[in-house]
Amino acid sequence: MPTASASLRFARRLDWPAWLGVTPFFVFAAMFLILPTAGLLAGAFQDRDGAFTFANFLRLGQPSIRLSFALSLEISAASAAIGALAGLALALAALRGGVADWVRPALMTFSGVASNFAGVPLAFAFMATLGRLGLVTVLLRQLGLDLYAHGFNILTFWGLTVTYLYFQIPLMVLVVAPAVDGLKREWAEAAETLGASAWQYWRMIALPILLPSALGGSLLLFANAFGAIATAYALTGSSFNIAPILLYAQIRGDVLHDPNLGYAMAVGMLAITGVSNLVYLALRGRAERRFR
Amino acid sequence: MTRGRLGAWAAVALGAVYFLAPLVATFEFSLRMRRGQYSFDAYETVFASGAFRESFLYSTVLALATIVVVAALVVPTAYFVRLRLPRLAGIVEFITLLPLVIPAIVLVFGYIRLYGSSSALPLTGSSLGADALLMFGYVGLGLPYMYRAVDTALQAIDARTLTEAAESQGAGSLRILVEVILPNIRSGVLSGAFLTFAIVIGEFTFASLLDRPAFGPYLQRIGASRAYEPAALAIVAFALTWASLGLIHLVGGASPGAKR
Repeated sequence: MPTASASLRFARRLDWPAWLGVTPFFVFAAMFLILPTAGLLAGAFQDRDGAFTFANFLRLGQPSIRLSFALSLEISAASAAIGALAGLALALAALRGGVADWVRPALMTFSGVASNFAGVPLAFAFMATLGRLGLVTVLLRQLGLDLYAHGFNILTFWGLTVTYLYFQIPLMVLVVAPAVDGLKREWAEAAETLGASAWQYWRMIALPILLPSALGGSLLLFANAFGAIATAYALTGSSFNIAPILLYAQIRGDVLHDPNLGYAMAVGMLAITGVSNLVYLALRGRAERRFR
Repeated sequence: MTRGRLGAWAAVALGAVYFLAPLVATFEFSLRMRRGQYSFDAYETVFASGAFRESFLYSTVLALATIVVVAALVVPTAYFVRLRLPRLAGIVEFITLLPLVIPAIVLVFGYIRLYGSSSALPLTGSSLGADALLMFGYVGLGLPYMYRAVDTALQAIDARTLTEAAESQGAGSLRILVEVILPNIRSGVLSGAFLTFAIVIGEFTFASLLDRPAFGPYLQRIGASRAYEPAALAIVAFALTWASLGLIHLVGGASPGAKR
């Protein structure tokens, strides 16, 4: 069989031009993604003299670091949970709620923009909105509701969470939209014809279909918030001690007085975003296979 | 109108208020610089400042360099993986997702350790080296978006048939890539480029920790020292993001929503 042996020969021969074409990509990945991360990993397991140790990770338990991780986890969890619920509700309303046709493209386009509108300018926008002199703060005060007298401050936990939601909700909308689209209208009609209540439809049909995407989306939002620093830094300066801000101070001026402890802290952050992202990707893979 | 539809409209209205209020408030705040009346003074002050122009120019040039490099890395890789090295597809996809998994602050810490002034390749030691390091960091940030955009475009054009047709005319790999494939996936490359631009133009973490005179650190400094200019800059930044992503729709590429 000439064709079979020809293709076999082809497979054995190394495809030089193709390998040459992908080489720069792998060199880039090694130099600017893998080796820098591996270097931190190595440093995290070394003491000052370069000997192997686990001690750096044990010392992550010291109060300043532990509290910064706890605060980061809380703020990421709060903004992910609220963002996921609000994003899912918004996607359901716009895509399956029977609203006007223009809502869908408007929401999707806006979400594309807003999910990328993070960082320093977002902090400015919320200062101008909910800061002490912000428009919403002032308007609400004129209506008799003084937010700041009730303990609200844009520079606190809830202030930062409300700010993060500005990119978290749109990101969730983008992530769950395919799953919401996968929810066929006929299924709701069929369930109704068969005598199912609305509650039964949601519990037994809609929820199981949306669940992988919704859970995956929440994890993505969680990781997204956990690694973010620019918004928080621009909003609060270095006064608000979440983990990325503490790490920023460590990189700038070794505030922990121990470089290796800094590496361990970076690895700890990476472990948290890594695990949540990997579970998200696994769930997304499942959801994508289903809706393809 | 059914109760469900009423609820859906209520949700959409609530969302609209949450998303529009900060834009309205920021715009209103940016007009308050002159006492007693609305004016564009804050914008004039910003645009007239040398620091604004220099940092914005720096970041624009850097963003353009980033786009060229990320496209030059991604186009051949996506093409060869799709056509001739399919067994690399898994590992390449994994690598393109790494920049979304590793927080920027962690990655830049790794750069400083690996390429610090006392290392074998002391990129941070010189101004040009640090510029290059920042650009490669941004190439990483753009990688997931550019790869998805290019790969989707390649999927749509039947690259295999095009390649075979060009090969039968005697064209080599490089020529096929540049003269046959690239023009056909232009919209994908452009969507990746605009998205990359939107992400890196005001980037703060890398630029600040590598001590580069970029737009992101400039924004942060203004935020810490001025009252009305930050609001004007936020409006400018939002308009930039909107324009970059709007151009994607114009060139007909994949919607930015499909990104991750």
